[in-house]
Amino acid sequence: MSDGFLNPFEVETPPGAEGWEEMYPYYLLFDPARRESEENRFWFYNGMHFPEPMPAFDMITAESCYLSIGLYQGRVFSIPNVLGIEHRVVNGYVYITSNEVSDPAEIERRLQTFLPRIGFYYENWDTLVARWQVEVDRRIEELAALEVPRLPAIEDEQELIHDHKLGSNYRLMAAYDRAIHLYNELNQLHFELLLLAYGAYLTFFQFCQGAFPDIGLQSMGQMIAGYDTTMMRPDDELKQLAAKAIELGVDGEFADGRSHEDVLAALGESDAGRSWIEELEARKHPWFFMSTGDGFYHHHRAWADDLRLPFAAITGYVAQLREGAELARPKEQLLAARERIAAEYRELLPGEDERKQFDEMLGLCRHVFPHAESHKFFIEHWGTSLFFNKIREVGAVLAENGFFPDAEDVFYLDIHEVHEALSDLGLAWAAGAPARGTVYWPPRVARRKEILAALAEWTPPPALGVVPDVINDPTVQLLWGVTAERLRAWAGGEEGGGIDGYAASPGVVEGVARVVRDVNEIGTVQQGDVLVCPVTAPSWAPVFPKISAAVSDIGGMMSHAAIIAREYGMPAVVGTGHATKRIKTGDRVRVDGDTGTVTILD
Amino acid sequence: MYVVPFRALGLDDIPLAGGKSAHLGDLTQAGFPVPPGFAVTTRAFDAVVAEHVLELVDGLDPEDVAALEARAAQVRDLVESLPVPEEVADAIRHGYALLAEEIGVDRPAVAVRSSAVAEDAADASFAGMQSTYLWLRGADDALAGVRRCWASYFNAEALAYRAQHGGAAGMSVAVQYMVDARVAGVMFTLNPVSGDPSTIAIDASYGLGVTVVGGEVTPDSFLWSKVTRELVRSQVGAKEVECVADPDAGGVLTRPVPDELRSRPCLEPAEVEHLAELGRAVERHYGRPQDLEWAIDRDRDEIFLLQARPETVWAAKRAVAGAGSTAERVAALYLKGGWIKS
Repeated sequence: MSDGFLNPFEVETPPGAEGWEEMYPYYLLFDPARRESEENRFWFYNGMHFPEPMPAFDMITAESCYLSIGLYQGRVFSIPNVLGIEHRVVNGYVYITSNEVSDPAEIERRLQTFLPRIGFYYENWDTLVARWQVEVDRRIEELAALEVPRLPAIEDEQELIHDHKLGSNYRLMAAYDRAIHLYNELNQLHFELLLLAYGAYLTFFQFCQGAFPDIGLQSMGQMIAGYDTTMMRPDDELKQLAAKAIELGVDGEFADGRSHEDVLAALGESDAGRSWIEELEARKHPWFFMSTGDGFYHHHRAWADDLRLPFAAITGYVAQLREGAELARPKEQLLAARERIAAEYRELLPGEDERKQFDEMLGLCRHVFPHAESHKFFIEHWGTSLFFNKIREVGAVLAENGFFPDAEDVFYLDIHEVHEALSDLGLAWAAGAPARGTVYWPPRVARRKEILAALAEWTPPPALGVVPDVINDPTVQLLWGVTAERLRAWAGGEEGGGIDGYAASPGVVEGVARVVRDVNEIGTVQQGDVLVCPVTAPSWAPVFPKISAAVSDIGGMMSHAAIIAREYGMPAVVGTGHATKRIKTGDRVRVDGDTGTVTILD
Repeated sequence: MYVVPFRALGLDDIPLAGGKSAHLGDLTQAGFPVPPGFAVTTRAFDAVVAEHVLELVDGLDPEDVAALEARAAQVRDLVESLPVPEEVADAIRHGYALLAEEIGVDRPAVAVRSSAVAEDAADASFAGMQSTYLWLRGADDALAGVRRCWASYFNAEALAYRAQHGGAAGMSVAVQYMVDARVAGVMFTLNPVSGDPSTIAIDASYGLGVTVVGGEVTPDSFLWSKVTRELVRSQVGAKEVECVADPDAGGVLTRPVPDELRSRPCLEPAEVEHLAELGRAVERHYGRPQDLEWAIDRDRDEIFLLQARPETVWAAKRAVAGAGSTAERVAALYLKGGWIKS
């Protein structure tokens, strides 16, 4: 075996990104004071969830998730040999490592806690999902209603004197803190049931791989497919809106390349058009809280805030409907296929004991796995979109008080710095003096924009530190797709002309690449193209019938794009980090969905 | 009962006709495409060699290789020179004539192969029980082939094996119409490498399947999913040579395969599918994974099964998953550990 990967303390800062460390909290940086323990561990780049350099504020999406994953794995469920995940930021990118338990006595003790707790969850799944939904809904409702006050010249008499409310400076700080807490609370809920859904899936997955070593991911997926999830609902709404446009005779307004502003303006001039707009408004809530990304970056706006994506999708659906296409998901076919495939694998098992286990595991998987899809709408899309918008409101208050030029600039401060800035502002406002932040933040925000631009050009190495002797956490292999071969390739510094990502849907296809960085370009996709895009969020669905393979910068094996690609049976490589930079439209590429590599052929 | 046609044989006839012929008979009765043929039964073997030969090989020391070799050579010479009783020779000639009549070919080419009596497949695979003589024409050549098969019963390895393990005495011989194979090979109704019972592995090369069975060529290989009914993967082999009928000298000859044929797969996707579906049907018929030999006829593009026997390696090894509650299974997933080992 090789000596290992690049030492995390020897990673060079790319030119122009000097001082990147000041964007992140001290506890997320590699620290020379504990160098010996940190450099002797295995760290891998979590490009699946965090494929871009992290804006300072957005680091909360990682922090909030790892607060919860470790809580549940390590301290609630007491998984016998696996604790939580540690993360660090290097040149703006997120690296993670898994903490494991090796003492056999401790593993045994943890197991005795694990078994009854996990058993309780699986046995009471439906009740617990219902409880989860109530808890999530309550926080979403509170987040939506959260008032972010502006700072008036003189406080309102009624509010402060008669109603005895807190001052606007106090309420502003409290609203911010509450938003952070609600987001963190949503993320605690994020992993309560998700880890168990994955546990059921991975157990079934492992059973099938043991019984059928050659079984493909796609067949595994097909045995579970055909369920309805909340994540499909937003896309269904777009289909309904497309159908409504045809019904009202305004479908002519939806033409490729036309901006949504133009379409809306044209629709506003007729009764039929106005009816369609009413329909749009009626269907928006809450489905247009769908993010254009995967819910980990502030700049992936919700559909409601960036209508380009839903309008491009509606335009695509209108065209398909005009051609007589059936837009409904072929649920009957999926269900028929899943029954046939499951029955045939079942028949091939060696005996009745194995068939009984297969039935139990598959039954559980079908029962609990839809949550692994549905939770995304509530946490990563609805909740996260609301949260970032609430922070935008805070940013607007800071911007109007001169902390930086634009409300969006708030995302160049980390979560603790925003808190400090609000203290600064609250004090200064109360004192009637200019805030220090008005001179402190503008140059720093400007500098951080430069740093992030420089970091975006850097390619993070897939792993840092030492080659692990052994990894006992199955999710590292089964969800992140890290394998011993991959580690060897990384340690050997194998680069090649390939672009590595996660093998999300099997098969090998060669074709002409169509790089679509912006949803407005969705109309340029031609039949048989290989789609190369930053993210394949659910509303990219209209292009799936056209394309031959999908490649994305962002996403993992459990991402929506991966699941849809498997339903369509097309190869997909996701989470490449930089495919949209390396590949140009017109390049011939080979997409290998079995190994997770994309090769530019010419 | 020295000679019995395949179509009259079933699995109960293994003691009489050996496993190979009994399986071919059973497949014929079940409607599978098996080239017609007949079994020369153990009674014929007994009538020729039993009395005065078997006592020569009694009490041999399996460790004493030199003695075994010497005795084997002596006995083989004896068997090949023994007069075949007239009623046995007549029965074989008659069987051959009926076969010619059945298929409507004058002096049809036949393959003559030993057909092990032992039930145990390990017995069947030891040396000496696999003698095969190809492309024999005419009753006399067929009879000569049968005698050489009988003689092979007494080769040194076979003697050593029987001295050590005991095992059924006597053998049967299968005489089967020879398919003029354009492509032939073997098929396992599970993946012999991974043991996956949901896949079918096919090795194929040009000409008769003997080059694939004997490892004389690197065949094309195809792995087919029974469930998705698609190729899981395939690999084009070098297919260096092919074994075909020798029109001048009789028997077979081995010749190089032209380069343009070597570089492309010898089976079309539809042929792989047909073969796999046939394999699956045989597997269902016997209720267990099968090890099959097959050939595709040069002129008519028909697929024939030449041999079927149970797969034995993975049948004994198949993993049984852990029982228990869901929580215990999820715990086992984690506790398995070593998901990634350097």
